[in-house]
Amino acid sequence: MSMMSELEPEALPPEPAEPPKRVVGRTPFQLAWARFKRDKLALVSLVVLVLMAIFALMAPLWADWTGHPYDQTFPKTALDAAGQPVGPGKDFWLGADQLGRDVLVRAAYGARISLVVGILSALLASLLGVAVGVLSGFVGGVTDTVLARIMDITLALPYLLVAIMLATTFQISSVTASLTLTILVIAFFSFASFGRIIRGQVMSLKQKEFIEAARSLGASNTRIMFVDVLPNLIAQVTVLTSLLIPTSIVFEATLSFLGVGVRLPMPSWGSMLGEGSDVFQTAWWLLVVPAVLLLLTTLSFNLLGDGIRDALDPRSDRIIGKK
Amino acid sequence: MSLLEVTDLRVSFNTADGVVHAVRGMSFSVDRGRTLGIVGESGSGKSVSTQTLMRLTPGARIGGRALFEGQDLLTMSDRRMRQVRGAEIAMIFQDPLSSLHPLYKVGRQIEEMIKAHDAGASKEQARKRAVEMLGLVGIPRPDRRVDDYPHQFSGGMRQRAMIAMALALNPKLIIADEPTTALDATVQAQILDLMRRLQREFDTALIMITHDLGVIADMADDVLVMYGGHPVEEAGRRDLYYRAHHPYTKGLLESVPSAAGTGDRLKAIAGQPPSLINLPSGCVFHPRCPFVHDRCRTEDPPLDAVGGAALSPGTAHRSACWLPHDITGLGEDADRARAAAAERGRAGGPGTGATKGGAA
Amino acid sequence: MTAGTAGLHAAAERETLVSVQGVVKHFPIKQGIVFKKEVARVHAVDGVDLEVRSGETVGIVGESGSGKSTLARCVTGLHPVTSGRILFEGTDITKLSGAGLKAFRKDVQMIFQDPYGSLNPRRRVGSIIGDPFAIHGLASGAERKKRVQELMELVGLNPEHYNRFPAEFSGGQRQRIGVARALAVRPKLIVCDEPVSALDVSIQAQVINLLKDLQREFGLTYIFIAHDLSVVRYVSDRVGVMYLGRIGEAAAAGDLYERPRHPYSAALLSAASIADPDEAERAERIVLIGDVPSPIDPPSGCRFHPRCPKAEERCTVDEPELEVKEGDAADHLTACHFPVEPGENLAREHAGIRQESTEPELPEVEQ
Repeated sequence: MSMMSELEPEALPPEPAEPPKRVVGRTPFQLAWARFKRDKLALVSLVVLVLMAIFALMAPLWADWTGHPYDQTFPKTALDAAGQPVGPGKDFWLGADQLGRDVLVRAAYGARISLVVGILSALLASLLGVAVGVLSGFVGGVTDTVLARIMDITLALPYLLVAIMLATTFQISSVTASLTLTILVIAFFSFASFGRIIRGQVMSLKQKEFIEAARSLGASNTRIMFVDVLPNLIAQVTVLTSLLIPTSIVFEATLSFLGVGVRLPMPSWGSMLGEGSDVFQTAWWLLVVPAVLLLLTTLSFNLLGDGIRDALDPRSDRIIGKK
Repeated sequence: MSLLEVTDLRVSFNTADGVVHAVRGMSFSVDRGRTLGIVGESGSGKSVSTQTLMRLTPGARIGGRALFEGQDLLTMSDRRMRQVRGAEIAMIFQDPLSSLHPLYKVGRQIEEMIKAHDAGASKEQARKRAVEMLGLVGIPRPDRRVDDYPHQFSGGMRQRAMIAMALALNPKLIIADEPTTALDATVQAQILDLMRRLQREFDTALIMITHDLGVIADMADDVLVMYGGHPVEEAGRRDLYYRAHHPYTKGLLESVPSAAGTGDRLKAIAGQPPSLINLPSGCVFHPRCPFVHDRCRTEDPPLDAVGGAALSPGTAHRSACWLPHDITGLGEDADRARAAAAERGRAGGPGTGATKGGAA
Repeated sequence: MTAGTAGLHAAAERETLVSVQGVVKHFPIKQGIVFKKEVARVHAVDGVDLEVRSGETVGIVGESGSGKSTLARCVTGLHPVTSGRILFEGTDITKLSGAGLKAFRKDVQMIFQDPYGSLNPRRRVGSIIGDPFAIHGLASGAERKKRVQELMELVGLNPEHYNRFPAEFSGGQRQRIGVARALAVRPKLIVCDEPVSALDVSIQAQVINLLKDLQREFGLTYIFIAHDLSVVRYVSDRVGVMYLGRIGEAAAAGDLYERPRHPYSAALLSAASIADPDEAERAERIVLIGDVPSPIDPPSGCRFHPRCPKAEERCTVDEPELEVKEGDAADHLTACHFPVEPGENLAREHAGIRQESTEPELPEVEQ
């Protein structure tokens, strides 16, 4: 074989132009958004949640328009001769409760509580979960053993009992303080399952060759954590957080239903359910209104979370035309 | 009639980025006792084609015919397909650990398969057969290992167990998809040895899919070289290695390090494999081909007979390339003839000849 | 090489860059919930000596479980060694930490097997290749971009693809990205851990050619780890054959392939597939029995004895030294009591000991 024949395939440039028309220049975010846009169910959920947020934001406006502040009773117009609350009608669009308060207005305020508590406690839980999970998974050793055990213990605690205990111990009367306590309690009981998943993710990321590559380049642990580990958790964290919100909303509703959540008279869907369950047979709307709103919200969040997961998970886009 | 006769198989998938043309017109046939080797790189369509025959590609758009003993695999009922799978056509995969169920004993998995296809078989009969098969593939003390779980087997032993499973129902055709790629060299030699012996004994037809030209040289009677979703050359084994016609086949054979002297540069094929979504015009190989001429850029060459004296008579030697069909082999003379032919093709093309001709 | 230099020194003319001395790396297997107790250990690397001279390529071949990748990671300082010393330009790197370690990391780079796994999928190619500049504070801003684009050009990538993500490149191109990153800090040694085994054949040749060109241009030293014998032979000046954490044979590449002395090397060479049907038919295969034993509990004596066609009683108890055997070149070392004689047909040999254990045996099939 001659050293340099003209026939050598090598005569061609080593890398001609580029691989024939790959799909170029799209960031992972753009790709995810393109996939998300095709998910009709997730889009509908997003719309429902936006409407729900508007409904919640408009709570004082509802009160103004109807002339029914959420904590004021209207014994004359809202209760009939027998003292029973009136059903949905011209004055009270979604009916009144036993004390003669407007259910629509109360539901709007309840939406505020649900969304605020749900989102804030989910964010707090994910923040805590990421911090603990990353630390535990990345540092390993004794730190990991201690943190992992703490998460195990948290998961083993009977959360309702602890929540009731806390509420009775502190005897909080102010709405803000009870709101804060509720958020803290929910976040505390949700972060552990979150942290566990993140810990597992980090441990598997740690085995990846690109982490080894970074280490062999001389990168410090802090750099590896922020440059290589955290960006790879974004998808997972986004999905988990969006799925944690509905859980937290239900958690809040449960606490309020039991009377250890947000303090009365501030309405919450949970406490409205609690009040309505006694008179379900005579005043069905007291139960149905908060129940439907709660269902709609949590379902939408769940579907949205699923949509985000499908959009961020590259494996799910392989085949669309599946019959 | 051949045992399996595939005509113009086409497979495509819809994905977010467009339609992936995984297989674009593939025809071949296999007879009992013969081994067909399908070589190709990743994305050449070699695995998708056989998975499609077994109807393991959900969501794919499929065209063409695949007659197995006269029945079309692509259109037969799901019920009939389930009977065919395992009993008449068996598959062996690259990674035995992911094909064996981790929570069931190896023997039990073989027994289940026997019973699924032969309702009359008693538990004792099935177990006896499982032990017999494990012994046949060289697993020592099979009466004891039959009760082991897959993780208790080493990589080579697992691949043996897979082969035992594939053979348990005495299939007429075995499709082996990169069966030794995950194994070490010394174990690969054992497994290939075993497959050769068993094929001879049971007179099965074998389709061997691999990227390893060494495995093909060792095992195959006939070879199909896949590139960009369709065969670019088909030939008897010796014809393929000593009388290669297609520049891609030639490039593959030459890029194996052992074929070159240690001092020289390796003869790499320039460029990257084509995207199956956006295929190049004309011949799919033309952007990487050192002998490209004008016609290659616009017209897709048909698979046509290669001239000259065949080394393995009985098997057609065909190649999809516009170069004259009497230039074969790897030698320098053949390369010079190819280059000259390509040069003629460039100069002769109206309009483009002047610019493209001198550039290369 | 000058004439008149004694054979022993001929190859040693170039200075030693890396000296691996009696390196042992065990991975403990721990069990327990709160207090972890060591229940066993994986003997990944179990006493390896190796010299790498400046400007040469040392190939390490071995099958899975041979410890070749672990050895690579010990040399690059990714794994702390259990015992032994690794001298890099005379400094023992096993004792380095802090600034010293960081400086060493600049001199030694690694190219990984998996072109998909070794690049962070969430980062742009420009920032991946620019990583070494950022970590070692060598260049930033426009200067870094310029140098990254120079590197991309050097390894045959289009510099305009600076802002793309790894997913937009093919396997071969990704491996080029890995090469560019390794070259960024102008290292003295590059450890290549199976750099082409995940690539298609035609792309393998491109990457190997690139590595060879770069070596010529920058005077790089390579430790090249692979299971593919033909690739190792092609790139290496000297080759070491590893089996279960030990080096069984080490020699100049051509010498080893033409005159293997260790039965394992001979078997490994004969098991390699040959892309030539007539030669494949002629080749007399030494089909070894069984699989590689577990490195958790390696066999006594010579670790190859349960599979060796030449094994005798002595091999089960007496561990052979890595030494020059009679009639071999001065740099051809073999660890075997009964080395293969030239012309000997190993396929016909039968061990002098019983090799039963759990190893598979192939029954005779009537033909």
